[in-house]
Formats: sequence, structure tokens, C-alpha cells
Amino acid sequence: MKLVLEKRETVSSFYRFVSPLLAIIMALVLGAAFLAASGFSPLKVYYYMWWGAFSDWYGISETLVTSIPIMLCALGVALAAKMLLWNVGAEGQFHMGAFAAAWVALSMPDAPAWQVMPLMVLAGMAAGAIWALLPAVPRAYLGVNEIITTLLLNYVAIYWVEYLVHGPWRDPVNLNFPLSAPFSSAARLPSLFGTRIHLGLVFALVAAGLIWFALGRTKWGYEVTVIGENPRAARYAGMNIERNIVLTMCLAGALAGLGGMAEVSAIAGRMTRQLSPGYGYSAIIVAWLAKVNPWAVVLVSVLFGGLLVGGYSAQVIGVSAASVNMLQGLMLFCVLATEALGRYRVRAVHAAVRGSGEGASIDG
Amino acid sequence: MMADSMFVSILSAAVSSGTPVLYAALGELVCERSGVLNLGVEGMMLVGAVSGFLTAVRTGSLAAGVLAALIAGGLMGLIHALMTITLKVNQVVSGLALTLFGTGLSGYLGKSMIGVPLPVTFSQAPIPGLSSIPLIGTILFKHDLLVYLTYVVVPVLWFYLYRTRPGLHLRSVGESPETADALGVNVFAIRYASVTAGGMLAGLGGAYLSLAYAPSWLENMTAGRGWIAVALVIFAVWDPFRAMLGAYLFGGIDALGFRIQVLGARIPSFFLKMMPYVFTIVVLIIVTATAARRSSRAPEALGLPYERE
Amino acid sequence: MGTVDYAVEMRDITKRFPGVIASNHVNLAVRRGSIHALLGENGAGKSTLMNILTGLLRPDSGEICVRGERVALRSPASAIALGIGMVHQHFRLVQTFTVAENITLGMSRPRFALDMAPIEREVAKLSSEYGLAVNPHAKIWQLSVGEQQRVEIIKMLYRGVDVLIMDEPTAVLTPQEVRELFETLRRMTADGKTIIFITHKLDEVMEISDRVTVLRAGKDVFSCDTRETNARELASKMVGREIGQTPERPPVAIGDPVLEVRELTAIGDRGTMVLAGIDLDVRAGEIHGIAGVAGNGQRELAEVITGLRRASAGSVNICGADMTNHTPRSIIEAGVSHIPEDRLGVGLAPNLNITYNAIMKRYRCNEMCRGPIVDATRARTWTDGLVERFNVKTPNLRTAVRLLSGGNSQRLLLARETSMEHKLVVAVHPTRGLDIGATEAVHTILLRERESGVGTLLISEDLEELIALCDRISVIYEGRIMGTVGRDELNLDEIGMMMAGISAAEKGDGHLEAGA
Repeated sequence: MKLVLEKRETVSSFYRFVSPLLAIIMALVLGAAFLAASGFSPLKVYYYMWWGAFSDWYGISETLVTSIPIMLCALGVALAAKMLLWNVGAEGQFHMGAFAAAWVALSMPDAPAWQVMPLMVLAGMAAGAIWALLPAVPRAYLGVNEIITTLLLNYVAIYWVEYLVHGPWRDPVNLNFPLSAPFSSAARLPSLFGTRIHLGLVFALVAAGLIWFALGRTKWGYEVTVIGENPRAARYAGMNIERNIVLTMCLAGALAGLGGMAEVSAIAGRMTRQLSPGYGYSAIIVAWLAKVNPWAVVLVSVLFGGLLVGGYSAQVIGVSAASVNMLQGLMLFCVLATEALGRYRVRAVHAAVRGSGEGASIDG
Repeated sequence: MMADSMFVSILSAAVSSGTPVLYAALGELVCERSGVLNLGVEGMMLVGAVSGFLTAVRTGSLAAGVLAALIAGGLMGLIHALMTITLKVNQVVSGLALTLFGTGLSGYLGKSMIGVPLPVTFSQAPIPGLSSIPLIGTILFKHDLLVYLTYVVVPVLWFYLYRTRPGLHLRSVGESPETADALGVNVFAIRYASVTAGGMLAGLGGAYLSLAYAPSWLENMTAGRGWIAVALVIFAVWDPFRAMLGAYLFGGIDALGFRIQVLGARIPSFFLKMMPYVFTIVVLIIVTATAARRSSRAPEALGLPYERE
Repeated sequence: MGTVDYAVEMRDITKRFPGVIASNHVNLAVRRGSIHALLGENGAGKSTLMNILTGLLRPDSGEICVRGERVALRSPASAIALGIGMVHQHFRLVQTFTVAENITLGMSRPRFALDMAPIEREVAKLSSEYGLAVNPHAKIWQLSVGEQQRVEIIKMLYRGVDVLIMDEPTAVLTPQEVRELFETLRRMTADGKTIIFITHKLDEVMEISDRVTVLRAGKDVFSCDTRETNARELASKMVGREIGQTPERPPVAIGDPVLEVRELTAIGDRGTMVLAGIDLDVRAGEIHGIAGVAGNGQRELAEVITGLRRASAGSVNICGADMTNHTPRSIIEAGVSHIPEDRLGVGLAPNLNITYNAIMKRYRCNEMCRGPIVDATRARTWTDGLVERFNVKTPNLRTAVRLLSGGNSQRLLLARETSMEHKLVVAVHPTRGLDIGATEAVHTILLRERESGVGTLLISEDLEELIALCDRISVIYEGRIMGTVGRDELNLDEIGMMMAGISAAEKGDGHLEAGA
């Protein structure tokens, strides 16, 4: 007897529903093993994480605050992924969005909110879009691998921001820190319900709704779906693949840029080099976990926000922030593994007979 | 004379700065030749770097450090192999996950190592005779053992790939796994071995950073070198010697930036730090745009999981 | 038993797949040193049976004897160790490797360092012994299809195979190459080797085989020595019923040209010229067939006409308007339907549902949407109508196309392509791989198109199909049209000659230069 993986034609809908939960449980178990190995009580750590992120209204609001940038970046990543484009550059687009918004804020210190705010939103989205356009055009017209180019541009964007806050933008009042001058209050995105939750949440929810509608109902969404499933068929049916690649990537970049704008305007209130603990990378996991569904992106982002906030509170008992990153990576592996297992069924067979598998056609 | 020695010192720095990228690129090359794309190079390098450093600090032995880096990198590769070859997970996603996981894991493992001095490091060991050749001696033969090792690894790898039966089988698995399988070549075993070996080489590249180049441990110390290695494999059209050339080119740009800074030029250091990334992107675009005309392209089955009919 | 010297015996072989019995208690006995034809239609179970014999599949029950001894075949490698090898229809060759590298691939000796010289010498020896001319240094992608087949045969000979299975070996060859192949096969049997020859072509069975076994729907229905039977008997055994009537072709008024191709040249995927000055036209109400051996530019011709490949020179006029190198979309809008060769790879998106696939060329039309929004209700109603009219069998419209049978997905594709507004249909191998029922349905649809005044360019390898449907047949060879014959002056020999590259003008004395 031995075990073989046998391919299924369709994944059962029950499994489709259960598999993300299964993945999270697996990740928590594996994470517990790591924590235990380094001398922490996993239960205690998980309790602290849970307590920090979801136990009271403050925790929940912090979780939501943290989830906003992830949500916006992940919506962009998911949109690109729908067309089989890997936007690994959300981190850079986020930083460029923040930079452009900060630029508007810093150059219009006396302007009223109704002038400066829309300009910041536009500038943030445009900068993110342009940062995504740089890899999108070579990808569309020359077939240059966008995974590598989007990723490498992250480093360029981050060095650019570092240059600004160390150099020309450094706050003249406070030269010891790499920070820009604070924004005027008109350039601060309003917060909601008296918490740190800000208008960015509304941006993200509206974006999710628009994407959901556009993908399911519009001509453009139809094209994106077909291109994502079979680019050759899409070309054959007369769709303009190159234009769609550029457009989709720009939208993805604009969303991440909007995330950067919201973060710098609502949370930081000035340009700093520590805007993101890797939101753009978490966004990739979120998009994949959410299977590219915009509403699921919203939900999973909140979960990840909780994971980060919980991670901060676990630092109280000495667990490093890096372990949260590790847990994220583990979680992604577990998602991948459970998903793969959903496509197969494990079957015990007698050693002599090899599973013929699927796809063995009758003739030819 | 001044310009001359400046030139030589940049080239010499190009070799040492290019070496970690070269190891990682060779690893990725082996992996991709067998048909598996591994975008987790960055993560494997980091885990290699931290394991090597930890072990060297604890044991005081560089050999043990290098061995630990090889094992750690190999284990990381093995995860990718399990995900992509057995579970047939999308290779891109699994590689990204590996990078995220490796970044987190290395930060976690290395937390106590930040700022810790290394008791022993790979020091310069000029090769007697060869190192006194004018220019070339300084550029190529006044380095440490890990640099010299690449001078052996590159030609050996080339010979292995193109002049031996296991190499032929490795390439066939990346080009046409169905054909190889039908002729009794064990596709799964070769892919597992190649991905693991690729991870070991990436781990070694990481160890070069933490044990010889830096030598210290810093979180995210690879700073994108793993990604540059992936790009270099495309630049190298999957050929070890061209990978070497590409790695030194990258190293040259890196070293040049550093020199310009030392000379006190007015260019802010952040722009110089951007240069290798921008350079890699531009090279990638040029290579891809002209690749269509070249006879040798990516392995035919790269990125595709293999399933028997 | 015992009296006759059998190379291979398969007894009572059964193999089930989900939903089908591919082999149903099949028996097959092949005499040593003979050529044994395995005859049957697509789906009759020939490939399954041979995949069992080569160790790719394991039977659910039954036993296999090789040279009288019962054996267990675990893998292609174990079959080869027993001297059984197969040349597949789709060659198993590494395109970027040389001939010699392909031949030594998978062998265990030499173990490490590879010196190609002795291997190349051995290859050269085998190729001269059996008349299989091929250059051992050449890369596979540089070789013609016929040469690649030779490499496959040498690969098997090199491994000491003495039972060689050939799966539809003539489908991709010119008549001359077929003759050379048969010559090689005869030399091999004279040498004591055994050949199992899979085919669905009756004339080949009669010409080359010593004995024939007919498979139908997974069963072996008939077996006898070839000289004791005839093509008519074999045909009825193979089909199991009267062969479908040649479809009716009522006379249709031929109109103006809907497609005019002039001096068309194009570059193929390998950077070589695949179309070398094509001239042809298709008129309204006409089916213009393109015959030819695969790989002579057929696919590329269809791609250039439909805008999927760039023409490097020449022109394509559709209904009088120059559409050379226009986008696929504007060519679709000019009224060109396309039934591509690769149905699931190009024509459909297999993972998407039927509605998504059905509206693929229609989602931008005004009747299907309101502004930028696709009207889901109208899309479904319309798809429902198509499925109904073209008799596509599916549980519902949300079914993914990959779950449909080959015949049903082709019906869906034809339904979509012929229900849009169009004046020209470009159909490439529209019946390849379909069973008889589905083939007849496709033929009916194409003839209905003709009657409604649409022009059709029908590219096919199946001469019978072309003869049944076409008003004119042109023959393509190495990217050129060798000649065109009208329905009334059809001459099979002449078409065969042109397929081999001998133009009508030089026939008679052109035999020797064939294929040059």
C-alpha cells in the first residue's frame, strides 16, 4: 500500500470554504512549534496577540487602522492577479503615493482642506499609477518579467523617500530625525468615530465595491477575466491585451498609491521612512488568500491587520516583530498546501498499481 | 597611476561584491534548468546568511558556518520543491512565500545577533604567484577562499550541464519532462535535487555576505540581491559563464557607487544605492527585448508543474 | 499456442476510465517478424491498448506475454527493457537537443562524462542500416517532421527494441516519405523485428500489413491475415454500420470574392519563412479547401488572415477592403469567423463557463450591453438559444467548457462563430479528433454556411473531408500554393503529387525530385 495524490475534476464547494480556515489553523500550529522551540509559550503568545487585536474596541480600531493600507494595496495586487500579472511592487507604489501626497501637502501649507485634500488623493494615485506604469509598459509590449521589475522598483522608491527625508525635506526644526515637517491640519485625512480609523477605510470599501462590480458586470471586467484565463483566446476574440495590461497595472498602482496617501496623511502626518512595515508584501498574501475576490480581500486584510497589531502586543512579552512576518510566510505556505490538497484526493493504493490519474485520454 | 589603481580597486571590489549574487544566480540557474522557477532566492540567501553567522559565532568555525548555510539553504529549497513538485503549487506564489517566510525567519533567528562581532572571518588570502600578476592578480587573486571557490564552481557547473549524462538529464527535465520521463529519466528526483542544490548555493551566497563581505548580521542584509540574481539568470541565458559576467557587472556598479561616495562626490548616497536596481531593470528590459532573436531561450518547461498523463 | 511464434500476446485486457471502458476484454496476438496493423477510429481504444503495452498505463485486468513469457510492465523504461518501444504521434523529442543527445537520453551508459563521438557513430551506423537518413549533429528543431520521425525510430533501435509500435505514423508525412517509411519498416521485419502499426487508413493497412486487428468501441471485433480480407470488409468492421452518406450539396450561386490573398509572406515561430507568396481567393457561397501535409504553413495562413500573425509582405483583402495586418478585432468586425486549430487553447477559455465563452465575440455589441455594462440576462438568453440550436449537450450554462466533450465544445465554438455577422469562415482542422457523429454535425454546419452565401476557407489534412465538402481544393506546400483544382476535375493522384511538392506543370517527370 502507498498513498498517491489523485487529481479531482472540481473542488468541492465545502472544501473551498473550509480550506482558508484549515490553512490558518495549520499556520498557527506550525508557528506554535517555532515559538515553543524558542522558549515561548505559544498559547500565551497567541492569547496576547488575540487580546491586543480583537479584545476591546481600541484593539479592534487599531486592527482596522492597520488593515486600511493592506486592503488598498491588496485590492491592487488582486486586480493585477486577475490578469495573471504579479504586482510585487505594491510596496514601492505605496511609498510613491505617500511621497506625491506629501509633496502636495508640504508645498501648500496654507491651503484649505477642500483644495489640498483632493489634490493629495489625485497626486497619490497618479504617483502609484506611474510607478506601476514603469514595469507595465515593458511587460505589455516586450514581455519583460514584471515580477522582477516591480520588486526591484520597491527598493528604488524606498531609497527615494529616504533621500527626501534625509535631505531636502528634512524638518528644519528637528534636524536630528529623518522626518519632514508636519503637514497642516488641512492636509490630514479626517478620522472617524473619534478613533484613529480614517477616511481611508471608506476609500478601500468603495474601491472594493467598484472592483467587484467592474469585474463581474462590465465589458472591461469581462475582458480582464478572459485574458486572465486564456490570453490566446482573448487575443483571438479581438481583445487588446497590451492595453489591458497597462490599464490594470496602473489601476493597481493607483490603489496602492492611494494607500500610501491615506497612511501619510491620516496616520503619520509627515513624511517618514517608516510608513510601512511591509504592507505591500502582506498584500500579496492577502490577495492570494482571498482568491482575488475583492470582498474577501477586505476580510482577510482585517485579519492581517489583527495579526500585525497582535504582533505588536506580543512584543510586550519579548516576541520579535520578525516572528509575525514569519507567521505570515507560514500562513501563505499553508494556504498553498491546503489549496493543492483540495485539487487532489489522497488515496491509498496497492503498491503494484499506479494511479492512472486524470487526463489519460482514451485515444491520442 | 592614481586613476589606474582606482580602476583596479573598483574591479577587484566588483568581484567580491558580485560573488554573493553569483552564488545565488548559479543556484537559480540549476533550479531553472530543471524547469522550476524559484523566486525565493532572497529568502534562501537571508536564511543562509543568518544560519551561517549564528553557527560561526557559536562554534567559532567558519567551516561550520558555511556548512550550516548550505544546509539551511538546502532545506529552504526543499520546501519549495515539496510545494511545487509534489503539491504542484504555482511556482511564482510558492517562491514569493519562500521569500516572505525566509525574511521573517532570518529576522527571528538573527535578532540576538545584531551587532555581535564575528570571532573569525574569511580574510583575504592572496594566491601566491597568481596574485602578483599585474592588474589581473589584484583583481582576481587577492580575495578570500569563497571567491576562489566560484572560479572552480562555474566551470565545473558548465561541464556538468553540457558534458555529462546527469547534466543532459537535468536539462532534458527542464526542456521536456514528458520526453525525459518516457525514457526512464526520473523527473521528480532530478527536480528535487536541483531545487535543493539551488537553495544550497543561494544559502552559500548569503553566508558570503554575513561571513566575508559584511562580515556581520543585519536584518534584510541581502537588500534585493536575491532578486537581482533571478534577473541575472535571464541576462545569462541560463549559462554559468555569462552568469559570472553578469554578477561582476552588477558588482562593478555596486562598487562604483561606493567609490564615488568615498571620493566625496556631490551625488547623494541614496541615488548611488539605487543604481544596481535601476541598472538591473534596464538590462532585463534590453535582454528580453532582444532575446526573441536568440536561439537559446528559457528552458521550455520552466514554471510548469509536471504531471504524468 | 506454442506452434506460432508470437512476439507479443495481450490477453483479455480491460482498462476503465471514469465513465468509459477504454479496453473491454481485448485480445491481441502479434507474430514475430510481422507487420500487424491495429485499425480503428478515434476513440476505439487503440492508444489505450498501446499505452498499456508500453507500460504507460496499467490494465485493470488481463495479462501480457512477451516472447511467450508473462511480464509486468511498470513503466516505459521496463517495456523498453523487454524490447517494446513506441513512436508516438506527437514525438517525444527535446527540441533544443541534437539528434545524438536525444538518442542517448535516458540511457545509463556512459555514466558520467559524455563523449558524443561513439554515440554519433552508432547512430550513423543504424541510420544507414535501415535507410533512416539523418544528421546526428543537427538540433531537432531544425529537422523536418519526417526526419524527426526517423530520429524516434533510431532512438528505439538504439535501445535494442524489437517490437516497435508506430502510432499513426503517416499522418504527418508526404506520400514520398510514407514510401520511405514503409521501405524502412520492411527492412526491419526482414531483420526479424516486429511492427505494430496503428492507423485508421484502410489503404495503408492493405499495403503494408501482414495481419490486421480491428478495434471498435474498446473491443477487438475482427482479426485476420491481410491477404484474406479487403478494404470494404475492414471499413464495415471498423465503423460497425453503414458509413454516413456523403452530405447533400445543393447548387449555390457563387458570388463575389470575400477573401483575396495576394503574394502573402509571413515568418513562423522559428524565424523562418513559412508563407512564401500565397495567392488565393474565396468567393461567397463557396468552400475553398486547402489540402497539404501538416506544417506546410496552414496554421500560419489562417493566423495571418485573421490578424493573429503579421504578414511580412503581400495583402489580405476581405470583401474588397484591405485588411492586411489589421487587428484581430477589426478583422472580426469585417466579418471573419475563425475556427482555430487549437480549440481549447485558442478558441475557447476552458475554465470559464459556457456563457462566458459564447459571448466572447459579442460582449462588445450594443445588443449585449448597456453602456460599459454587459447585460447578463441577455447574454444568458442568447447563449441558451445557441446551445439549443446547435444541440450542445451540457448540464447548464454555468458548466466550465473544459468539462464538455470534444464534440460539444466544437459545437459551441461553431455555434459562436457562425452566429455572428460574418461573410467568411476560416476553419482549420474543424473535425480533428471528433467522433463520426460530431464530424457529421460539423460538416452539416459548414454546408449550411455555404448555402447561406458565406465563403469558407477550409484547411484540413483529411482529403476525404475536403472532397466531400469543397467546391475547389488548393494544395499548400512549403508555404506556397502548388495548384488549385475544381470539384469537377478532381484527381486524387494529382493532389497527392502536389502535396509532395510536385506542381501540376512538372508532373510526370518530377518523381525523382520529390521532396527536394
